This record gives sequence, C-alpha cells and structure tokens, in this order.
Amino acid sequence: MKIAVCVKQVPDAEARLRIRGDGAWIEEEGVTFVLNETDTYAVEEALQIAERTGGEVIAFCLGPERAREAVRKVLALGAARAVFLSEPALLGGDALATGRALAAAIRAEGVDLVLTGSASTDLGFAATGSVIAGELGWPHAWLVVGVELAEDRKSVRVTREMESGMNESSRIALPAVLQVQGGINQPRYASLKGIMAAKRKEIRDVAAGDLGIDPSRLGRAGSRLETVSVALPVSGREVEWIEGDAAAVAAALVTKLEQEAKVLR
Amino acid sequence: MSGQIWAVVQQKDGRLQRAGRETVAAAQALARELGTTAVAVVLGDGVAGAGSELAGMALAGVRVVEHSRLGAYTPGGYLAALAPLIRAGAPAYVLFAHTYQTVDYLPRLAQELDAGLLPEALGFQKVDGELRWTRPVLGGKLHAQVRTVGEGPVLVSLQSGAFPADAVQAGSAPVEQVAAALDGVDLQREVLGIESAAEGTVDLTKAEVIVGVGRGIGGQEKLGPVEELTRLLGAELAASRPVVDSGWLPRERQVGSSGQTVAPKLYLALGISGAIQHLVGMKGSGMVIAVNKDASAPIFKIATYGVVGDLHEVVPALNQALQQRAAG
Repeated sequence: MKIAVCVKQVPDAEARLRIRGDGAWIEEEGVTFVLNETDTYAVEEALQIAERTGGEVIAFCLGPERAREAVRKVLALGAARAVFLSEPALLGGDALATGRALAAAIRAEGVDLVLTGSASTDLGFAATGSVIAGELGWPHAWLVVGVELAEDRKSVRVTREMESGMNESSRIALPAVLQVQGGINQPRYASLKGIMAAKRKEIRDVAAGDLGIDPSRLGRAGSRLETVSVALPVSGREVEWIEGDAAAVAAALVTKLEQEAKVLR
Repeated sequence: MSGQIWAVVQQKDGRLQRAGRETVAAAQALARELGTTAVAVVLGDGVAGAGSELAGMALAGVRVVEHSRLGAYTPGGYLAALAPLIRAGAPAYVLFAHTYQTVDYLPRLAQELDAGLLPEALGFQKVDGELRWTRPVLGGKLHAQVRTVGEGPVLVSLQSGAFPADAVQAGSAPVEQVAAALDGVDLQREVLGIESAAEGTVDLTKAEVIVGVGRGIGGQEKLGPVEELTRLLGAELAASRPVVDSGWLPRERQVGSSGQTVAPKLYLALGISGAIQHLVGMKGSGMVIAVNKDASAPIFKIATYGVVGDLHEVVPALNQALQQRAAG
C-alpha cells in the first residue's frame, strides 16, 4: 500500500516560551522544535502497515523552512520520500486552509491511505486530517487507537477512543484518512543507518502555484481565523508557592498534608 | 441585528447531558451579547425527551431532528442531517460542546458549509465592538485571542466547563420537528460496537489521596520513589496520558478526558504539565499539590500549592520526611 503520513513540527513540550514583540505569537528564537507527538505514532503506524503490505510511506509536511528537519527525521525513520510545502503563501492558515493545501499535494501522489496525528500540540485544532479527508471525498476517523487492515485491503477496522475510558470499533472503507492517537504503538528510534540513508532521500518542494487552488483559499489569506494576541492564562486562584531546598519543601508539604488536607494518620 | 446563534446540543440516550446544557448557556450568552436570539438543535433517534427539556429554556426555537439512522453517531449521518439545516437557517454562529464526537465531524461540517471553524473556545468578549474568542494554544501554556474573518457562519466548539450549565436561563420555546433526508446517505462508518478501553478495573474514583505522575517522571524505571510515596500516603497511583502512551503505567490508571474523572481530598501532581485533557479529570480535587520543573506549566493554574523543582529530588525528600514522622 502507498501510505501518506502528514507531520508537523512544533515547539518542544518542555520549551520555555516567551511572547513575541508584537504579542501575536511566541518568540521562536531559542525554542527547540520537534516532530509533533501524535505524528510520531502516525509515522510508526504508517511504517508498520507499509512493511506488512510491501508498500511505501510518503511524508507530507506543511511548515516553514525549519520544519525540513522534521521531514528529515521521518525519512530517517523509514519513509521513502517526502513532499514539503514551505512557501510563505501556504503558511499561517487555519485547519481548513492547511488541509486544503495538503489534500491537493496528496491527491497528486495517488495514495491508498493517509495517516495524521490526532492534534498538534501548538495550535491544537485537531482538524487537519478530517479536512484532508473531506477534500479528497474519503471517510475519516479521529482519535484512532487501533487499525486492522481487512484481508482484501478494501476496508479497515478502526478502534476510536471515546470519553470516559470507552472505545468504539467501526469499519471504514478505503481509501481513508485516519487521525492517530498517542499510544497506538511504540514508535521506533531512527537508526544511524536510517539517518545516513535519509540524506539521499528525495524531499520534493511543492509551491503554492503547483496546487491548482485559488491563492485566496490558501495560507493566511485563506484562513477564517486570525490570532490577535497570545497571553498567559488568567488564573482563577493564585497558587501558593513552596520554596526552598528539597528537605525544606518536603517538611512544608508534610505540614500541609497533616494540617490542611488532613490525609495523614 | 446579526444572524441567530445556534446551539447543537449533544444528547445521550435521548437525554440532555451537562455538555448540552453548557452549549445552550453559551448560545444564550452570545445571543445577548450580539443582540440576537438563540436556537437549539438536537438530533438522534428517540430524542423527544431532550426536545422537551430544551423547550423549557429561554430560546427562540428548538429544532428536533429524528431519524433511525441517527441512533449511533456517524460522521456521514450527522453531516447529512446538519448541513442542509444550517445552510437554510444561515446562523451567524453555531455552537457545539468540544467533545470527542464533535471533534470527529465538525471540521467536515465546516468544510461542507464553507464555514469558519473555531475549535476549543474558552470564552468570548467584545473588544472595540468586535467579537474576540479565547482558545488555548501550546498545551494550554498560553491563551490566544482570535477573531474570525470572511463571510458565512462560524462553527465553534466550546471547552467543557467554559460556560457553566447552571447559567441556562429557563423559559419557553416552540419545538419544531425537522425532517432529515438520510435514506441512501453514506454514513461513512459502520459502527461495530463499544467496549471498555482498559482491561483492568482499578477504580480511582473512591481514592481519598491520588498521586498522579506525568511525562516529567522520565521513564518507568524511575517510578520507584513515587510508588513508595503512594504507599506511605495510602494513596492510589494515577497517570496522565503520555505516561500511559509510553507504556510506563497501564491505561486503567489514566486520569483525564479519556480516562477516569476523580475528585480526591488530595491530588499530588508530579511532573504533570496540566494539559486540559488531564485537568478535566482532576480539577474537582480538594487540594492539588503540583511539582513541576516549569513554573509556567498550566497545572499551577489550578494548584493549591506549587513547587517549582525536580520531582526526582522532591519525592525522595518527602518520603524521608513521611517516614520520620511515622517513626516519630
């Protein structure tokens, strides 16, 4: 099977964030960027299905030039080649504009299955994969924690996470888009051999003009959402900080547990 | 006067749930803010009860969409039922609860209607006469103020708890049955069944004290001191999603939107950053003590006491202090 996997590069979860001068986003200088967490599971799932079916994985990424590093990582993990959309006219879009562009690039490759992560950890729209499905006219499933390919490869049995610890199983016809939740598999690490091999793999740059879409429907211009500013959340109640070395903190906590929470016997 | 505000109200087994009432409360508040009226829509199979509940709320109307093919949720069924209705009614905003079900189909509904999509809103306010929405970004570390541009309705999903359900204004609303043309529609999914995700049966909801660990634990082999602390406190051990996904603790110990919802007297959050998916599962706790290296971690926004530090230093020290007290 020919499988597309869509990935995004996002700030590391542990990164210290500073708000940019204009207040509209974070200062990217000094921030470590990584492959979006659920995307790593999507990549692993794509590789496993390709390995079982004797197919190949093509990575798709829409993002600024820095994201080329994330694309290289997916190639090092085992994707055969990549398609990269980094032209500024394609950036800054909402999920609808971004999904539109990715779907056009995927359509040009003619794949049997598209995998994405369930949500990005930066904007968190949790929507790009289903928008891609809509553009392609395919079914989709969000929050997938299990994938079982039918023998005839015409459908897939999908387990989806629901609220309150329940899972739903369903059957979906292929081709389809599956938005993968964390924990579905154990993502592999890139081997040295894989990293070396990735250097020779093709990353094809696709420009906005190649997509056959009205430019006013792409990127920031095609977006219905506009971020005015970002700020630290306003807290409902002020946290009381406990400071000092580990022993002092421990002593203070024991007092809280004993006298306020009253949970020590 | 701008277009109406619609609330698409999620129901379960024909009854409204808290999430549905929250959606109505939000629609009423937004309609007041914009000087327009609010309408509720409920869809499913056997939802007359939910319709009558909505009829007792201050709304300009209630639309009930009944169809046997809407019994089990499918994206194809919901799209085919909602898209023509919204297209014909042309509301300014359509509000939904940001549930797993909504997230599954809302992007496709927005796409089909060429509508705007604003997921996971926490609230709105008028700034210089313009409506601005707040939504979390970067794992909740920051909140973004966003505005919508362009023509056509905007579909907004609202984070759980953003608009309290008890703010719903009572009233009397006319109920209208709406026919849905679903025969022959591709449901896009054949639902086979629903089962429990976890194999075990650990019940965290009865625990008085819970020690929750997050990504900051750094590995399964580092759990020893935390398990010792759990034993010393007579507590239950719980985990946030990344810990379970990494296989460090079993899924039956997961707290959060896809795990258990707990409200112990004390919740000790160790190395948990506090993504909203985790917070919704434990924010009802009596006292929250959070230990995290990052002072800007969202967990500190709901914590009673906060320690900025390394849990691998704080936990052994706490264990020692508890042992000394017990020996004391």
